[in-house]
Amino acid sequence: MAQPLVKKDDDRDDEAEYSPFLGIEKGAVLQEARVFNDPQLDPRRCSQVITKLLYLLNQGESFTKVEATEVFFAVTKLFQSRDIGLRRMVYLMIKELSPSADEVIIVTSSLMKDMNSKTDMYRANAIRVLCRITDGTLLTQIERYLKQAIVDKNPVVASAALVSGIHLLQTNPEIVKRWSNEVQEAVQSRAALVQFHALALLHQIRQNDRLAVSKLVTSLTRGTVRSPLAQCLLIRYTSQVIRESGSTQTGDRPFYDFLEGCLRHKAEMVIFEAARAITELNGVTSRELTPAITVLQLFLSSSKPVLRFAAVRTLNKVAMTHPMAVTNCNIDMESLISDQNRSIATLAITTLLKTGNESSVDRLMKQITNFMSDIADEFKIVVVEAIRSLCLKFPLKYRSLMNFLSNILREEGGFEYKKAIVDSIVILIRDIPDAKESGLLHLCEFIEDCEFTYLSTQILHFLGIEGPKTSDPSKYIRYIYNRVHLENATVRASAVSTLAKFGALVDSLKPRIFVLLRRCLFDSDDEVRDRATLYINTLGGDGSVVETDKDVKDFLFGSLDLPLVNLETSLKTYEPSEEPFDINSVPKEVKSQPLAEKKAPGKKPTGLGAPPAAPVSTVDAYEKLLSSIPEFANFGKLFKSSAPVELTEAETEYSVNAVKHIFDSNVVFQYNCTNTIPDQLLENVTVIVDSSEAEEFSEVLSKPVRSLPYDTPGQTFVAFEKPEGVPAVGKFSNMLKFIVKEVDPTTGETEDDGVEDEYQLEDLEVVAADYMLKVGVSNFRNAWESMGDDFERVDEYGLGPRESLAEAVSAVINLLGMQPCEGTEAVPNNSRSHTCLLSGVYIGNVRVLARISFGVDGPKDVAMKLAVRSEDEGVSDAIHEIVASG
Amino acid sequence: MARESCPTVKNILLLDSEGKRVAVKYYSDDWPTNGAKLAFEKSVFTKTLKSNARVEAEIAMFENNIVIYKFVQDLHFFVTGGDDENELILATVLQGFFDAVALLLRNTVDKREALENLDLILLCLDEIVDGGMILETDSSVIAGKVATHSMDADAPLSEQTITQAWATAREHLTRTLLK
Repeated sequence: MAQPLVKKDDDRDDEAEYSPFLGIEKGAVLQEARVFNDPQLDPRRCSQVITKLLYLLNQGESFTKVEATEVFFAVTKLFQSRDIGLRRMVYLMIKELSPSADEVIIVTSSLMKDMNSKTDMYRANAIRVLCRITDGTLLTQIERYLKQAIVDKNPVVASAALVSGIHLLQTNPEIVKRWSNEVQEAVQSRAALVQFHALALLHQIRQNDRLAVSKLVTSLTRGTVRSPLAQCLLIRYTSQVIRESGSTQTGDRPFYDFLEGCLRHKAEMVIFEAARAITELNGVTSRELTPAITVLQLFLSSSKPVLRFAAVRTLNKVAMTHPMAVTNCNIDMESLISDQNRSIATLAITTLLKTGNESSVDRLMKQITNFMSDIADEFKIVVVEAIRSLCLKFPLKYRSLMNFLSNILREEGGFEYKKAIVDSIVILIRDIPDAKESGLLHLCEFIEDCEFTYLSTQILHFLGIEGPKTSDPSKYIRYIYNRVHLENATVRASAVSTLAKFGALVDSLKPRIFVLLRRCLFDSDDEVRDRATLYINTLGGDGSVVETDKDVKDFLFGSLDLPLVNLETSLKTYEPSEEPFDINSVPKEVKSQPLAEKKAPGKKPTGLGAPPAAPVSTVDAYEKLLSSIPEFANFGKLFKSSAPVELTEAETEYSVNAVKHIFDSNVVFQYNCTNTIPDQLLENVTVIVDSSEAEEFSEVLSKPVRSLPYDTPGQTFVAFEKPEGVPAVGKFSNMLKFIVKEVDPTTGETEDDGVEDEYQLEDLEVVAADYMLKVGVSNFRNAWESMGDDFERVDEYGLGPRESLAEAVSAVINLLGMQPCEGTEAVPNNSRSHTCLLSGVYIGNVRVLARISFGVDGPKDVAMKLAVRSEDEGVSDAIHEIVASG
Repeated sequence: MARESCPTVKNILLLDSEGKRVAVKYYSDDWPTNGAKLAFEKSVFTKTLKSNARVEAEIAMFENNIVIYKFVQDLHFFVTGGDDENELILATVLQGFFDAVALLLRNTVDKREALENLDLILLCLDEIVDGGMILETDSSVIAGKVATHSMDADAPLSEQTITQAWATAREHLTRTLLK
């Protein structure tokens, strides 16, 4: 495919040898740099030397500190020359050397002179250099010139200042933010690139102010934006505004017309940006999608690979959520399967896999097999994932798809790729009963020759669960026992566990398993020996065929109903003593997990691969903090601490958030206060709480912060009493009260006299969810069955018109404050009904389970059926009460 | 989030037909060491070597980056951007660089010519992207900004034409670096 080089072979040798930098050496070039010190400068020669220095740096050569300093000082001499070409090289060199602060001072005056030069090229470049190397203190000196430069009539100068502003905003935001007026003027510039740079900077200055961004977008979408790049920015900002405004769902989406209009722009980059923005809209409808899909379809047959790639990549994403919308492009897509660019071909295939029908599967599989070896691992993963979802869609086709997966599992590949394949096989085994036996054998064959310890252990674990349930469990034993001979200690240990599971679950195999386990007692690794010993003893290794006790099974192989992080922290704090470690003392609350699982939708945590690690628990930290305060000592054990609730807007003088700590008969509010004014010291900071709207609460004590200096958070507490065990709710209004003292910014001394002041905070509410701990169960169904229906309460509720089903589900989850189980908090797009499983512990340590079926009734009305089971009748009723009143 | 909302270039590479550096410029911290940079260049070079990117720019994905590339003679041009960058914006940057180099080297674009005029290539890179932000994409403007050597110091830039840019480039060609 590659064209031969145009040069003929015979003169290629000379050609390859030749380079103006042949045999170049750092030491020699540094010597040459002495010409910079000549009294009579030769600009041409100096330029050449700088080029050589830059060549060396570019090739990855590095200068020592001393060398760099020497070169830097020599280069500064060159400011004497008036040669423009040389000056450009000097600028470049200074940027590459990134001089230290004390060196910067040497060139500052020269650069400032250039910044005010009549030559535009000097001005533009001097600004860029100075802003690159400067620090905050110098910036205030040159700020005036930069502001001027932003509105300079020469576009190159203005762009230089604006782009520098964008970089400086990261380090010196408070200075750059003062340039808003000039930047705003530059947005109106007639020069295309200036407008682009000004818009980027203006948006970054205002990005935290949603209203300002919205205004900016509103005014610009009506006006004319000249540069395609600026138009792309505007599209991005517009989608941001749409995202944040939260669709009203009544009538048309705001700004959609603007996005659609951009589809008819003359620049391809704008058309594409707009099409992509439309496809990424939240809950996009097929009517909104259609025009975007149409332009992307046109791109598919473009002669430019970049355009085809961009279009097919976007359509591929759309196909995940709206496969029907993409089917129109199937014909164009099929012609891309043979595209020379493998990336495009892969994306086309996987899109077709998502949108295709059952009859086209075999044909597509044949085509994929042909090019699997040509593509990079990341694309192979894409293909594997597409095949997995296809198989779930068409279970009848599992045979050919499973064959394909097992074939590629045998080929070369990196860890991520192999993991994707193994995960897919595991999911197919779980969801398609017919595929189980063949799938397990494929996995067995794979671990015979698997270089990844992680995958081997995961597969062994999985075999232990699924293998004993098959018709002939004995055929897996050989594969498992081979691991004990051939692998590293980690894999050996997990093979021992798997063997034990077979032994425990299949009584006929037991004697043979024990023979094998006994051999493991002589393993060189202690973990392997320990496991073997444990299993032999607990499973009754006296050789007789006895049925293994159910308790033993539960102990060895039952699931641990605890979040592992909590167990880990508890074990760390446990000090060896007479008293044994009590597993019941481990908190069961699951900290809210980030949505890390979006990559594999529909994949339940019971599949292969551990669930994402939960962030480290903060409950312990709170408990420690509260128990260190003597006044709270008699409140008993902390039941729950809420997430911090912001009581002030972002970027105000004082920032306050509150944490609600719930005890059996007390509630403590912890106010975390931060003083954001540098020249103020706050003393005696308290929060005055008005609990007139919370009748059941009475304030018992308030603990002020003595002194709150700038930017150091402090905590003040207010404690309340409430009837014991009662989930009392109420609303509290808060007023921050303190004494302000001025601080001299230069000396840091505080004035003696202070002024008393108050600051209104937002209200804080104690709600029913505060009395509910999020405690998950690993198997909801088992938990539900074992709880029994003695105290089951079932009722139906109408939730009235809702924005979407997903919104209704998350509102109910938040209202109850319970832990969603088995990923049921995620509602698939466009579904009309959904069942959500919740679990929690109510105040008084009562376990509660809830099963809620949602349904959309009529255009937007959501109705739900709530079934609650708990260990206490009163609690089941209380949950219904929460919903009924919420 | 704020950074992402603005199109960003992670690096621009100009390699020869063996994957060796002619000129490269990195704007992102994704490749902190020279070793990491060289490894990236090697992988990009070998994986794109077989493709035919001589007429139209081609595109590929590496390590969650988009790479757009185009070859001429024994020179390989690459522009890299993030995973979710608008591919067409990156392609515009590549085209700007590619055409500006062609203008500056008076259409004899090969490794030898590029190395002999390395100062022009480096200035060209400097004028296209500043710290990841796109400065200019119009090749004639870029070439014009680079080739201002013989211009009168007070002449406004807007009065320069491509012919002038060529003239300066031609004048530049007459001198060689090592003499």
